Amino acid sequence: MSQKIDLDHGRFRQIIRGKIKQNLRKYISQGEMIAKKGKDTVAIPIPSVDIPHFKHGDKQQGGVGQGEGEPGDSLGQGEEQPGQGQQAGDRPGDHLLDIEVSLQELAEIMGEELELPRIQPKGTEKIVAWKDKYSGIRTTGPESLRHFRRTYRQAMRRQIAMGTYDAKNPVIIPIREDKRYRSWRSEPLPQSNAVIIYMMDVSGSMGDEQKEIVRIESFWIDTWLRSQYHGIESRYIIHDAMAKEVDRDTFFKTRESGGTMISSAYKLCAKMISEEYPADIWNIYPFHFSDGDNWSVDDTHTCVELLKKDVLPNCNLFCYGQVESPYGSGQFIKDLTEHFDEDDRVVTSEIKGKDAIMDSIKEFLGKGK
Amino acid sequence: MATLKRFPAYLRDIQEEIEGHARNFGLDFFPILYEVLDYKTMNEVAAYGGFPTRYPHWRFGMDYEQLSKSYEWGLSKIYEMVINTNPAYAYLLEGNSTTDQKIVMAHVAAHVDFFKNNYYFSKTNRKMIDGMANHAARTRRHMARWGQDVIEDFIDTCLSLENLIDPMSAYIVRHRERPEGEEPEAEVGRLRAKGYMDSFINPPEYLEAQKKKKEEEAKRQRRRFPEQPQRDVMQFLIENAPLEHWQRDVLEIVRDEAYYFAPQAMTKIMNEGWATYWHSKILTEKALTAAEVIDYADACSGVLATAPGRLNPYKLGVELYRNIEERWNKGQFGKEWDECDSMEQKRNWDLRTGMGRKKIFEVRRLYNDVTFLDEFFTLEFCVEQKFYTFGFQERTGNWEIMSREFKKVKDQLLKMLTNRGQPVIVVEDGNFENRSELLLRHIHEGADLDAGQARDTLRNTAKLWTRPVSLLTKVDGKGKLLRCEDGNISERSAEYG
Repeated sequence: MSQKIDLDHGRFRQIIRGKIKQNLRKYISQGEMIAKKGKDTVAIPIPSVDIPHFKHGDKQQGGVGQGEGEPGDSLGQGEEQPGQGQQAGDRPGDHLLDIEVSLQELAEIMGEELELPRIQPKGTEKIVAWKDKYSGIRTTGPESLRHFRRTYRQAMRRQIAMGTYDAKNPVIIPIREDKRYRSWRSEPLPQSNAVIIYMMDVSGSMGDEQKEIVRIESFWIDTWLRSQYHGIESRYIIHDAMAKEVDRDTFFKTRESGGTMISSAYKLCAKMISEEYPADIWNIYPFHFSDGDNWSVDDTHTCVELLKKDVLPNCNLFCYGQVESPYGSGQFIKDLTEHFDEDDRVVTSEIKGKDAIMDSIKEFLGKGK
Repeated sequence: MATLKRFPAYLRDIQEEIEGHARNFGLDFFPILYEVLDYKTMNEVAAYGGFPTRYPHWRFGMDYEQLSKSYEWGLSKIYEMVINTNPAYAYLLEGNSTTDQKIVMAHVAAHVDFFKNNYYFSKTNRKMIDGMANHAARTRRHMARWGQDVIEDFIDTCLSLENLIDPMSAYIVRHRERPEGEEPEAEVGRLRAKGYMDSFINPPEYLEAQKKKKEEEAKRQRRRFPEQPQRDVMQFLIENAPLEHWQRDVLEIVRDEAYYFAPQAMTKIMNEGWATYWHSKILTEKALTAAEVIDYADACSGVLATAPGRLNPYKLGVELYRNIEERWNKGQFGKEWDECDSMEQKRNWDLRTGMGRKKIFEVRRLYNDVTFLDEFFTLEFCVEQKFYTFGFQERTGNWEIMSREFKKVKDQLLKMLTNRGQPVIVVEDGNFENRSELLLRHIHEGADLDAGQARDTLRNTAKLWTRPVSLLTKVDGKGKLLRCEDGNISERSAEYG
């Protein structure tokens, strides 16, 4: 019986997947999912999953209730109350259903839709963890690990063999030799380590809209890379003329003003890598978002040198995303392309607006590195 | 069923005791077979509407997910479920306290009594377990032949129209078949006149013209298709839409199940009220031990709780039965009672008629929710139970209490319950504008349709009819004609008439 509902439930999840895939571009560009993020899941409003019927519009309907109160009193959060801002629908598919999806599943859906190749991690052979797994039985061990059923069976077997078993009075008494204990084996857990280093320009020219784009894009990049690596780490660097490491919240919220020295961020990034993430066992993904307005040509030179010497040799991929801003000159992306056009470890992408986020993600992650 | 063997002895003892009390009170029910389920299986069976043998469809999976989520988050728990079959199957939740199981069994016995005796269940298939299993087998066969996606899509389309049935059709004659060729003579009304004035007051030419007009009217009527607007839209489609065999079969399955479940929607308040009345009677007067009183009171207060803006059918139902019982015990009915104007006198009215119990048994046999409330929801009851109407206040964007006026409350209640709260949609014309298009009419009774859903549903109707389908309705008081052609919806204003 329980298999039957699993089939129907599976069908339902499959349909949900399809709907998410269909609407992925919309979800990505609107960023509405990030707001509803739980620990490992997101709630996604899915349009027209439920079956439509001819039915009365809610608001003209009203109803009858029972209890205290005067006419004119608000009923607060009654069950009949539809969500705020839900206009009497004149569009098809207005009936939304909030569905929970795990981030893992979401990443898979995105991977399929964007045709992202799976990443072949480096350093897979490096064993970094051992995991204890209870997989066997042995005759000695602590009482807390005693395997009741096996012990019982052993004792019963012995008693039957010895002829002391009485079917009318089936008392089984285990002796020392009957006891069985769970035993474990330490298994190597091949693990590949990955770190994403997010860098963002927070100089005066990066407005709220630009940051929103960075926020959405990094959410999706994060989701994808997390699905590819176990235990991924994220580090956040913000910079204007100076760079510093911050936590995630600050990263997306800070607004500094002042000039831009991109090299400061690259320096910090290079330092971080050399001190904490040896390149032979870490998969390193630096992402840099900026509006492309650097302080001086000299600084751009320093950047290029830093990338060539310290950053690129150590990382899987270096991604530079340039968000369009009314104030920036957008020069930096051109400089990068000029120097690294041949180098496939460098990916640059111009993000013209929210609608371009999806293509930009594809440019970044489409190489499978 | 194999699992029945596991029905524990202590529960069987409780069942025997409770059913003994129930019989002594005069309840008359089919044999009841209980199964104890863990919460997962309970959710599963609930998702299938009580029938583990339903046809495969993702919607059950969706319901299952929602039930499971809300159970895991502690928002809801299904205590009990019972289905209308003979013998009746009922499910108990494993791990419930003995007190809970007692309440549930008393509750279930009353439900089954209601299923067995209420008039509106008299035409339902009592072997529906088999019925559902047959539907599932048919659906599977179609799936094997045509592919799961095709069938599932089509079921979606059919389910979209599942509320467009005529639940009363089994109990009344909508229109009588006239024997072929026998047309009643068209009668023309004559004004009364003295003999010598007759030819002046009822001039023969005029009568003749009127007669002709009527005959032509009748002729037009006969050429209409359907002759009268038809409420059972699903039936109309089954009979007249150009469907493949398997499509017609699936549509019939969906319609059949919709009819099976319809009486439960029509008697929700009565049925739950009846069950609540009896579990409280049986437990408080017979079956409860002193140690169980607190648990019982706790469970009961949960069942009868009211929340703002929500109508609790258990509460409304049980209070109304109790009110009826008291009134008929005290003789508070009939002409004299109705005509009595003195509140004082009414309050102390007691003729010691003692007909209360008999009356509620009669009520449970003959009424449905609409007639139940129409007849017994009185001003006194409305005030005593603190009913109000509420509505959406555009100005504040809030749901607010609108009124405590008796007439408004009752009107609103009846409006909500009529046709199970569903809009009435009829087939008006199966050859609309002489282009074999389909015209549906929404019988507008104050509330507009949900526009988004109406469009999607119209699309689904057009899929079945295969030609364009139109829907005549009113939006904000003005006539509107929605037309769906090849999946595209156009809209124009129209005479609602």
